[in-house]
Amino acid sequence: MSSLVLQRQSLRFRARSYMAFAITPRAPIVDWLADLDANLERSRGFFAGHPVVLDLSGVHLRAPGIAHLVEALEERNIRVLGIEGVDPAAGEAGLPPILRGGRGTPGTESTESGTAAAKAAPRKQSSPSLLVEDPVRSGQSVVFIEGDVTVLGSVGSGAEIVAGGSIHVYGTLRGRAMAGANGNARARIFCHRVEAELLAIDSYYKTAEDIEESLRRGPAQAWLEGSTLKISALN
Amino acid sequence: MAHVLVVTSGKGGVGKTTSTAALGAALAHDGEKVVVVDFDVGLRNLDLVLGAERRVVFDLISVINGVAKLPQALIRDKRLENLFLLPASQTRDKDALTEEGVASVISELRQKFDWIICDSPAGIERGATLAMRHADSAIIVTNPEVSSVRDSDRIIGLLDSKTLKAERGERVDKHLLITRYHAGRAARGEMLSIEDVLEILLTPLLGIIPESEEVLRASNVGSPVTLNNASSAPARAYFDAARRLKGAEIPMLIPIESRGIFNKLFGRKAA
Repeated sequence: MSSLVLQRQSLRFRARSYMAFAITPRAPIVDWLADLDANLERSRGFFAGHPVVLDLSGVHLRAPGIAHLVEALEERNIRVLGIEGVDPAAGEAGLPPILRGGRGTPGTESTESGTAAAKAAPRKQSSPSLLVEDPVRSGQSVVFIEGDVTVLGSVGSGAEIVAGGSIHVYGTLRGRAMAGANGNARARIFCHRVEAELLAIDSYYKTAEDIEESLRRGPAQAWLEGSTLKISALN
Repeated sequence: MAHVLVVTSGKGGVGKTTSTAALGAALAHDGEKVVVVDFDVGLRNLDLVLGAERRVVFDLISVINGVAKLPQALIRDKRLENLFLLPASQTRDKDALTEEGVASVISELRQKFDWIICDSPAGIERGATLAMRHADSAIIVTNPEVSSVRDSDRIIGLLDSKTLKAERGERVDKHLLITRYHAGRAARGEMLSIEDVLEILLTPLLGIIPESEEVLRASNVGSPVTLNNASSAPARAYFDAARRLKGAEIPMLIPIESRGIFNKLFGRKAA
């Protein structure tokens, strides 16, 4: 019986991104650990419960040295989620996995480099939302994984908005809107007038065909209920 | 002060070349010194629409490559002495256009003319982006039909990001020219209405050119429609658009269908 159920369900893999502290030890390690201890003395529990990535690009350590360092950090209640900046050969069983492709806290991205909309957006690092004041034209793509995207104008057919958080469109949404792109099932999509080609939240989507005719051309919101994307009129 | 204007659309066959020729002739007719530049290297047409195809010796590419000087490549129109054509090469392709070459030709044209009208090729590749590169303003030619409107939306996005003006943080003035508008078909919902097009593209309207066989007739005799039959409906619409380009305030008329009494009765019955 249980095997039957397993066969029916397909395995879903989804990528998620998280924020993690990256700490960068410097040689000599003994002095660096002493500095770290002094800092921890001042703010105890600073790293408690937070994932930490160990950036080893500043030091040359072999596997036993890395194991020793990871152990020293564990003793200080710093749990190492992964290591980066080392030769893949240095990765051994028992060590945290090697991470690649980490980015600093990024700003906005756009496939059409120099898209006026993305350029006009303020690049405040602390801001969890992106305001787009111009219409988003066909072929343009606004990607903002860090949070919400608000578009004051319309989103043209063939344009797309990808947001880590919710998407708000005060004009007509004719293109594609993908909210909760990093696995946030609580993200929503709001628009003043829905004529969308595709609405998606956390990888669950509906195409234009699936959007009820009675909702079209009116104000609407979309949210996720379990694994169903729901759309309702907003008024 | 010279003004560089690009006529563009994204989609092919919507009337860029026809509009370039008609507007160029209308501006020249009103006393402006005008050059129309064909950027459709490899598929040139502007020479045919202007009836200058038998006088082409040098072209845009020969000027860019230094084979000819600019005055040698310019062809003066036989009807209007202040209308000139810089033809495209038919034997080369768009890769022959270089960024620096186009820049130097445009800056030289700026010394000589009031209006430099660049007829863009269809598409969004090299030819189209170089045609819009130096533009002060743009005319987006659109048919009232969904695919044309979406392509125009794409082109407007490119005008806002890929032009020199956009890169300097300024804005290219954009004007929408709706061509091949058929009042009857729009009324029957077989065509997008003017309001629909404006609502999607959010760009100021320069003119509405009605669908007319005059346009084809003019093109076949190698004459801009504004010169071939200046009193025809499309020619009058182009003349108004040209004057609006110069800043004149002319009320916009949306063409309506002239139906006979029988059509009217029949139309009512059907409704």
